[in-house]
Amino acid sequence: MLLTGSEIIMECLLREGVDVIFGYPGGAILPTYDAMTKYPQIHHVLVRHEQGASHMADGYARASGKVGVAIATSGPGATNLVTGIATAMMDSSPIVCITGQVARAAIGSDAFQETDVTGVTLPVTKHNYLVSDISELAYVIREAFHIARTGRPGPVLVDVPKDVQKETIEFVYPESPIILPGYSPPRVGTDNQVDHARELINNAKRPIILAGQGILKSGAMHELRELAERAHIPVTLTLLGKGGLPENHPLSLGMMGMHGQAASNHAIQEADLLIALGMRFDDRVTGNLKTYAVNANKIHIDIDPSELNKNVKVDVAIAGDLRAVLEQILPGVEDSSHADWLNHIRNWQEDADERDILRTRDAGGLIAAQVINDLWQYTDGDAITVTDVGQHQMLEAQYYPHKRPATMLTSGGLGTMGFGFPAAIGAKFAMPEEEVWAIVGDGGFQMTLCELATAAQENININIAIINNGFLGMVRQWQEIFYEERYHATPMFSPDFCKLSEAYGVQARRVTSRDEIEDAVKFAREIDGPTLIEFVVEKQDMVYPMVPAGADLDKMIRRPKPGEVK
Amino acid sequence: MSYQTLNHKETLVALVENKPGVLNRVASLFRRRNFNVDSLTVGRTHKPHVSRMTIVVDANRADAHKIATNLYKLVNVIDVRLISQEPHVSRDLALIKVRTDDPDSYNTVTEVCERYPARIVDMGPKVSIVEITAREEIVESVINELRPVGIVELVRTGIVAMGRGIRIQDTEYEPTVPVPSGVNGNGTAI
Repeated sequence: MLLTGSEIIMECLLREGVDVIFGYPGGAILPTYDAMTKYPQIHHVLVRHEQGASHMADGYARASGKVGVAIATSGPGATNLVTGIATAMMDSSPIVCITGQVARAAIGSDAFQETDVTGVTLPVTKHNYLVSDISELAYVIREAFHIARTGRPGPVLVDVPKDVQKETIEFVYPESPIILPGYSPPRVGTDNQVDHARELINNAKRPIILAGQGILKSGAMHELRELAERAHIPVTLTLLGKGGLPENHPLSLGMMGMHGQAASNHAIQEADLLIALGMRFDDRVTGNLKTYAVNANKIHIDIDPSELNKNVKVDVAIAGDLRAVLEQILPGVEDSSHADWLNHIRNWQEDADERDILRTRDAGGLIAAQVINDLWQYTDGDAITVTDVGQHQMLEAQYYPHKRPATMLTSGGLGTMGFGFPAAIGAKFAMPEEEVWAIVGDGGFQMTLCELATAAQENININIAIINNGFLGMVRQWQEIFYEERYHATPMFSPDFCKLSEAYGVQARRVTSRDEIEDAVKFAREIDGPTLIEFVVEKQDMVYPMVPAGADLDKMIRRPKPGEVK
Repeated sequence: MSYQTLNHKETLVALVENKPGVLNRVASLFRRRNFNVDSLTVGRTHKPHVSRMTIVVDANRADAHKIATNLYKLVNVIDVRLISQEPHVSRDLALIKVRTDDPDSYNTVTEVCERYPARIVDMGPKVSIVEITAREEIVESVINELRPVGIVELVRTGIVAMGRGIRIQDTEYEPTVPVPSGVNGNGTAI
């Protein structure tokens, strides 16, 4: 069958099971947009800015575990994708970005809308391609999906010159196995490593499991639970690991790190064994590395060998698929009880409960933590929540406990403001039967709010909760603590979000007191289409606990107990 | 104490696919991870689709194993070996243009060439070019001995290295994806 390069792209997407792509047309990608008309099975979502396309593809990927696809034209179209690509890279999210490029003869001539896109994206992609010949095209797209979804997942970009899109060739889909000589993700640990890990687990008195996103990526939820329950080990989660173990599980300690649960951080510092599963000891998780869990043996299992012994030197480092490695370790793990250790941890939890803002403050006005906790209650704790970055993000992590994997999507590694809203649109396309909430701040929402038009055009049934405190709240919090309350460039004017939303055709409500929350959530859930609720909350609230950047993990700034002076 | 431990240098050998942009990927990785390259050489091998890099790194700044695992993460890198931690042969090549416009200078240069595996490859009334191919520290010695004569130009290839004996670093890999004309086979695309 004689096909154009553009048609080959579409044929390959079909064979990868792609049902929706997020993109924005332009000169150099027009042949492929024209070919889309022959492939109605693949729905194209017209975004309002290409950053939205890469975030939507990312949200789609995180919610479904499938590869998300974004498409854009050359030059500015492609460079606008970059923030979303870097976000996906840091959080190991599988997306494939297809960009148009100027015709081969024009490459290097500073042609109109020409940018060296493979050069620009080289450090922020897992791999990228510039297709120089139509005979490679089908192979390249197949490899791109393979690389994106296997091993440690990540973004792959394919740059296709316009003349390659227009050229024709006899199309035969390559059915042979993909051979990439330099690419073989590790699978399992060696017997020695597994024996050593098991021995440390069986002999530990104060063990703790640090579970990251690798649990979700490898589908090791069952194995994690089995290990924790059998060896009686408390589990603390990274931000991206949320959902790896239901947070109402008795062994769950909630999140660790800078704004994690105090009990988690104390337990890590006092543990005699850390079992780090599919996480990477990010600085936001460890605090000061010199004083980090100094008395603990450490086991680290991750699919990426370059993460092992990177930030924290460990006793047993196993490169492999987490689920496969846990299946190796589990058979020799003995039934244990660590009741004393868990009781010890409970003391920290009880202390934290006394400081909890839900108990210490009678909410006359709206408190952000209260809003998020109520949202949890009125959505039965079962929605997919997609957050932006900042105070609301940390409060979501603290006050919206998740039961299922891949139901809390957030930009962890890169901390990309503007991620939440478009990623929520992508998540809803991936999981149309799920209830999806974008929880965003007034700052981050304004970075990508143009996608309100996309949501309206698609009539996509997502709910937007803006936690509006009139500040760039987290930056303001740092200014309060570390810059002597000089609030420079953090007080923020915002438009009337409800009127703005209605101008886009998106129904909206404003909530200013707690007794309106339930009704507003009900209103949003009942409407089949996008809705927006603006929660006007206290302006100068803080997120506690907080480990100052670079401080020892257990040296947290805490919310004062009732009656205690700050 | 050997030269290498004094300077904490390590040598890595990487087999890479002979494809456009691979050198760029390696260079970008070193910049991104803040690794320090002492020298990097790249060239073709006996297989048209495989190129070989020898990379000497400053191992004070980053653990060489960390550099190796990061290099291996690049999709186009087929194999990485930390060759300085096994028996190996390494060579550096230098072309040294020196002043030879008086008999004393000329005599010193020929005398140095007799004591070292060096030779004069271009001789003229004003300047001559000395070629030396040897271990890096020998090349350094020759340069130091010629310095008083008056070096006017100097170029070095950087180190190339190979494991001794039956330590064979090769790949079975044969490409199956169609190779577009002009990219491969008759030239290095790195």
